[in-house]
Amino acid sequence: MTCCCQGENNAGEKCTSSSIDLHLLEDVIGNYRGVEGSLISVLQKAQDIYGYLPISVLQHISDNMGVKRAKIYGVATFYTQFRLNPMGKYIILLCQGTACHVNGSEKIETALCDELKVKMGETTADGIFTLNEAACLGCCSLAPVMMINGRAYGPLTPDKARNIIREIYDREKESSREEVGA
Amino acid sequence: MIIRIGLGSCGIAAGGLQVWDAVKEEIDLRGLDIHLEQTGCIGMCHHEPLLDIIYDDGKIITYGSVSPEMVKEIFSEEMTPVDKYIISTDDKPNDFLAGQVRVALRNCGVMDPESIDDYIKNGGYKAIGKVVSEMSPEQLIEEIKISGLRGRGGAGFPTWFKWNATRQEKNPDKYVVCNADEGDPGAFMDRSVLEGDPHSVIEGMAIAGFAIGAQTGIVYARAEYPLAIRRLEIAIKQAQDKGMLGKNIMGTSFCFDIAVKQGAGAFVCGEETALIASLEGERGMPRLKPPFPSQHGYWDKPTNINNVETFANVPWIINSGGSAFAAMGTEDSKGTKVFALAGRIKRGGLVEVPMGMSLRDIIFGLGGGIKDDKKFKAVQMGGPSGGCIPESLIDTPVDYQSIRNTGAFMGSGGMVVVDDTTCMVDLARYFLKFTQSESCGKCVQCRIGTKRMLEILERLCAGKGKTGDIELLLNLGNQIIEGSLCGLGQGAPNPVITTIKYFRHEYEAHINDKKCPAQQCKALITYHIDPDLCKGCGLCVKKCPVDCIAGEKKQPHVIESSKCIKCGTCLEVCPSKFGAVVVE
Repeated sequence: MTCCCQGENNAGEKCTSSSIDLHLLEDVIGNYRGVEGSLISVLQKAQDIYGYLPISVLQHISDNMGVKRAKIYGVATFYTQFRLNPMGKYIILLCQGTACHVNGSEKIETALCDELKVKMGETTADGIFTLNEAACLGCCSLAPVMMINGRAYGPLTPDKARNIIREIYDREKESSREEVGA
Repeated sequence: MIIRIGLGSCGIAAGGLQVWDAVKEEIDLRGLDIHLEQTGCIGMCHHEPLLDIIYDDGKIITYGSVSPEMVKEIFSEEMTPVDKYIISTDDKPNDFLAGQVRVALRNCGVMDPESIDDYIKNGGYKAIGKVVSEMSPEQLIEEIKISGLRGRGGAGFPTWFKWNATRQEKNPDKYVVCNADEGDPGAFMDRSVLEGDPHSVIEGMAIAGFAIGAQTGIVYARAEYPLAIRRLEIAIKQAQDKGMLGKNIMGTSFCFDIAVKQGAGAFVCGEETALIASLEGERGMPRLKPPFPSQHGYWDKPTNINNVETFANVPWIINSGGSAFAAMGTEDSKGTKVFALAGRIKRGGLVEVPMGMSLRDIIFGLGGGIKDDKKFKAVQMGGPSGGCIPESLIDTPVDYQSIRNTGAFMGSGGMVVVDDTTCMVDLARYFLKFTQSESCGKCVQCRIGTKRMLEILERLCAGKGKTGDIELLLNLGNQIIEGSLCGLGQGAPNPVITTIKYFRHEYEAHINDKKCPAQQCKALITYHIDPDLCKGCGLCVKKCPVDCIAGEKKQPHVIESSKCIKCGTCLEVCPSKFGAVVVE
């Protein structure tokens, strides 16, 4: 079985099934094998490990847990949490809740798309950011809101949103320089 | 002395952690004997981050919109109250808090959610103690019946009835499920309760377990609420360690334990039968009822499902008596209800009030009215299955039936206030986009009908509406309501139907005049600059993201319409003393 991205992922790097270490799944499968109704939990844990659900991982889960491939794919594509493509290091969830909508989340979306040079749902070429939308983050009085890797930011203006992205970018550049230096 | 900082999701987002660090630094620097503790959300989200100082004599003052600089100032005044930053005190609560009666939110924002000792100190786990040692399941269910508590998640089904129905089932393996899949955009009370007072939900679930004869509880929580899940897991562990959960609770034969399962992001899973399918690891698709979950639920076993807020009310009812709860509210809607005030409102946040309070008192009294003193247009209640209530009905009392009569829906209690800058056709389109993408696809009317309705609404907003579109929308809407299995489909047309009912003229303006009265639908508006008012300051030129504004300095500028993306930036930046940018 080949990888879902057919040799090339969003970040433009080569990606093959062999680059995915399936051994990392052993504990998860060991813990949940035979536990009825655990498929969603297994997929969540697998996504925690790999950042997304590569097809080879779904295949491995199917082989080792005795769940049909079609069922796994069905569940993985039903829920918005599951991703079949690699994600950026930082996942931006832009809230699409009602309060955010009436407080101008569309302008934030325009600013983010422009700043990151991506469309909603896409990952930046350097693999640092993925821009996604969330139904409602429940921080309505801070509308409009976005969440980056679990931390909520609000109330946003287009400029504020751009600055938050730039700050993270700067930090990233800094740390990669340090790594090279070390 | 105790300093308490609000660290719910909203407090953290507003900078609560930075305030925490600043306070800690000051305490260490000055070597003060002050106990620093975190708390959940008290509901005053518009004033976050919040900082309470509890003096040794019991006096409490609350500072709002606190910054690290303010912290320095407060400490440099040696903790004497700094009046200009105080937003409320215990003896003189502000308008937002004074009008509330807090039952479900009784502990939110006043105790450390990660401390079981704090909860016990505030009377926690007393109710479960009373239940297991003094009451029979029948007496317990009777007490809940007296209270008149109805499900707080949306449908408003009597809680005692559900408990009793599950109790009657013969199968000895039963489950208590807590629905924490709060999906309505605009509602966040369940998040706040779980973040601010997880133990009350645990206690409520254990009491329900005793009533129906279940030993296992499951909380189905949204994955989008990481902090709520973390605090709930901490609380469960603490309750297990203290013997409030697990085998032989409080030395009796009653055994009950709770596990947390994370949802994976599907709005439809708030529906009971879809939630059960999801718990079983399947695609979350609803099924026909009956049989009800109380008969055939999780793994086909009798299952009682209640919402977070419902469970949070239960310990209070046991401690204070069902009649005390029933004394509040109206004839058919007893007790209090938590509402999430959001949208174009001055004081947004969570409020808990007795049922029957009017929308006006909630929005203008507690909420302080409309942001920027604009004109109130409508309040959207009930999320994507709910509807819009217009200004003419603002004196409607908030109870299940009165809200139903307007065409809206109590839902979980989200109130999104909109002003005259919101286009009602666009708002209807927004909700349809949501339900259309969240439809699980099982029922044809919902799957295809919502898609067709969305297309029509998009057409209207794009200025391509046709005569007959309104009738077509209503016709489709009625078919979707009739042909859908679950609440998602049955409620999906509601935002459209209610906006047509109360704001038909806006639909007609979009169709007949190709105008958007609220000036929000981009295809129906143009921006231009009034040459008589423009002073040529150049602000708009600088800020325009597509460089479509031209003009010499100190000369009137011109917008090139063909390049304009109608983002509204020029309108925002044009100084109000000029007001030269005009939208038509």
